[in-house]
Amino acid sequence: MGDFLMSLPLFCLLLTVGAFQIGLWCHKKTGLILCNPILIGAALVGAVLLLLDIDMSAYQDKTAGISWLLTPATVCFAVPLYRQMKVLKKNLPAVITGVAAGTAVSLGSILALCLIWKLEGPLSVSLLPKSITTAMGMVLAEQNGGIPALSSVAILITGILGNLIGPFLCKILKLTDPISQGVAYGTASHIIGTSKATQIDPLTGAVSSLSLVVAGILTALVFPFLCKFI
Amino acid sequence: MKYVTQLLYILLFSGLGELLERVIPLPIPAAIYGLILLLIALCTGLLKEEKIADSADFLIAIMPVLFVAPAVKILQYWGLIAPNLAAICIIIAVSTILVFIVSGLITKWIQGRKGGKDNG
Repeated sequence: MGDFLMSLPLFCLLLTVGAFQIGLWCHKKTGLILCNPILIGAALVGAVLLLLDIDMSAYQDKTAGISWLLTPATVCFAVPLYRQMKVLKKNLPAVITGVAAGTAVSLGSILALCLIWKLEGPLSVSLLPKSITTAMGMVLAEQNGGIPALSSVAILITGILGNLIGPFLCKILKLTDPISQGVAYGTASHIIGTSKATQIDPLTGAVSSLSLVVAGILTALVFPFLCKFI
Repeated sequence: MKYVTQLLYILLFSGLGELLERVIPLPIPAAIYGLILLLIALCTGLLKEEKIADSADFLIAIMPVLFVAPAVKILQYWGLIAPNLAAICIIIAVSTILVFIVSGLITKWIQGRKGGKDNG
């Protein structure tokens, strides 16, 4: 059964998109943040592969074709960024400083905690880009000897966490203006945090998406130097 | 054929990014070079937003689906993750909260200073 299905050229693509669709449906029905479509989709794909006794690496080979879309998709983030150029320009010093400080704290705290915990090198490198968007984070991990899959999970957990605790933190820190809220969500928890920020206020969402791009670029610039400490 | 032309522009900037990644000896991914180049093209008016917007919005919208297959890989690496599960979770939680607090407060502080200047 598994061999037969794997011999169909489009089976893996269908399985992947179908599983994601079920994840989307679960998310819509329950409204639960933990019902993340990527998480549910991956769990369903994993279950199907195990049930049909299909080799995981065979599935990865067949879906490698989807992965080349990641680069053009990331390039496209220039468009929303361009649309928010006015907001960015007006608040440039505050946004850049906030994002730079947040990125420094992110990388510094992960590096310090990994060294204290004496985690293995590949694990530490994979955790390091956890606050930036998945596409950038996975690429950075891969180029510096980390495990992109682990980075994607760390990034996912980070996003969900920021989504959950963001409103509480904003309250106790008395962050009320859209600019500082947006910087906090975007820098700490990338696109998943941005989805929460967008619900709070359109401007908060705009600043958050600017912040996640700036945080990604800053992280990419210093990442290889930091990996020398691991 | 609107979508084909738009896709062509996106692939062109992605390709330029890949070229820069090869030429410039910095380990910055091609996607980030491409993003910066496209942003420059949009800001300078070299490329109008309409020439690219529909396909760009589409690619950004389907992006989460592209992460399903990589996330499945976690099963392959479970042996490495399981023994460090507590460490991984605690490191993520502590650093995420710290980043949220620091970036938010610093931005608020700078905004406050600017506001004060405007009023004065």
